[in-house]
Amino acid sequence: MKNLIYKFSTLFKTQYANMLEYRAEIALWAISGVIPFFMLNIWTNNGLNESINISSVMLSRYFLSAFFVRQFSVVWIVFTFEEDALLGRVSPYLIQPLHPFIRYFAQHIAEQITRFPFALVIAIFFFIFNPQSLWIPSLSTIIISLVSTFFSFLIQFLMQSIIASLCFWTEKASSIEKLLFIPTLFLSGLLAPVSSFPNYVKSWVYVTPFPYLIDFPASILSGNQANIIEGIFIQLLWIMLFFCIFKKVWKSGTKKFTAMGL
Amino acid sequence: MNIKKYLKVYSYFNYSSFSIELEYKINLFIDLLTSILGLIGSVFLLSIFFTNTDKIGGWNFNQALIIQGIYTILNGVTNTWFNPNLKEIVKYIREGTLDYVLLKPIDSQFWISFKRISPTGLIEILLGFFVISYCFYINNITLNIWSFILLTITLICSILILYSLWFLISTTTIWFVKTWNATEVLRSFLYMGRFPMDSFSFSLRIFFSTVIPITFITTIPSEVLLGLSPAWKIILEVLVSITFFIFSRKFWKFALRFYTSASS
Repeated sequence: MKNLIYKFSTLFKTQYANMLEYRAEIALWAISGVIPFFMLNIWTNNGLNESINISSVMLSRYFLSAFFVRQFSVVWIVFTFEEDALLGRVSPYLIQPLHPFIRYFAQHIAEQITRFPFALVIAIFFFIFNPQSLWIPSLSTIIISLVSTFFSFLIQFLMQSIIASLCFWTEKASSIEKLLFIPTLFLSGLLAPVSSFPNYVKSWVYVTPFPYLIDFPASILSGNQANIIEGIFIQLLWIMLFFCIFKKVWKSGTKKFTAMGL
Repeated sequence: MNIKKYLKVYSYFNYSSFSIELEYKINLFIDLLTSILGLIGSVFLLSIFFTNTDKIGGWNFNQALIIQGIYTILNGVTNTWFNPNLKEIVKYIREGTLDYVLLKPIDSQFWISFKRISPTGLIEILLGFFVISYCFYINNITLNIWSFILLTITLICSILILYSLWFLISTTTIWFVKTWNATEVLRSFLYMGRFPMDSFSFSLRIFFSTVIPITFITTIPSEVLLGLSPAWKIILEVLVSITFFIFSRKFWKFALRFYTSASS
């Protein structure tokens, strides 16, 4: 265990240095996440929020929180792993006494930390334009929403890891990821809070992992209604389920592995 | 400029990229599913907006569906031609292979913009036309020759603006090397083209008609279909698209002067 922590922290430091090198790129990533703000504009500009019983202030807090949650739960492991698999970089990783995905995990964490200041700047701009929606959540709220955002990140990381493992069978797993991204986009609450969904969708959407990716953490952070204990519990269930599937797929995938490139 | 030569080269481009794409046949199927689900998702989002109101920014649901259709067509065009080609510019510049492109006895902008074609976007274009024809039915629009010509003109202009935006951003790679994410920013802004521009607040409307002219890209062709667009808007769109196109061309020529080959 101690050994693993040492490896992880070393990986993390090198990846962080690497990410800092590409600050401009990460700033652009942060900017490309502003869609929730445009959606907020449609909601409030047309008075649509009144029909779902959320005041415009609460809704703007919700969308700002959704922006933050999205910033810190973006996962792109499929694309990196696909490239690495195609170019044959995976082969040396597989020999190392370390699961290759720990390297990618460190990469993601390092990127999130690099991203943080940029997201903060965007939030400051948001408050300049919407001063009435300024709020400071209590420390416990911040901690709980951080935990649930991290869980949301873990769920997405594991989901994508499962898809990435499919690279062992088909070389282009990223198109499956693009397919999965569609329900993530529309059902997670990034574009509209799940509470605004019509009943025929609400009845089944909570059985899927999607509302727990953005809507749940964002509702906690913004102070909107959320069942914290139940939500965290369900997040944990999804994490365990996907972890088991990932282990299975990875195991049979590595047996299938044929080295490419080099 | 020898048009015949360019057409011949273009047919070779298409031939080679189709054979590359057909390597991954299951992918084509998955991409088809992705575009259908994407369309369902955005109609679903639109329906949420309209659950408790009849009009958004003066557009009712049936009219707003036209914008979805136009957006789907244009997104298909982007995915078929712009995205696969202009993403490559970053690679050309990082690896220094732009040298070979510049040495070829053919226009470099032509080569870079049309080398690849991705057939999956074509499915999206078809889907978009399908939505539009459904909108004809639900909005009781009868298409006459005149509105058909106007629609074609505005759509061509939209495609020109879209192309110029993509090309302008990709050209900046010559200075910044890694602008792969800049196109991602453009993509997320263009995403807002799914909604009528009148539904945004005044300041955002200004932003979307000047900095990134999304208004011209999807809203005006939809207004033309509904017969709501005054002549000055169409003329303005034509002017904007020509300006954008000429500017992107000039900008490319200008940027090439700063190109210092990598590697070698």
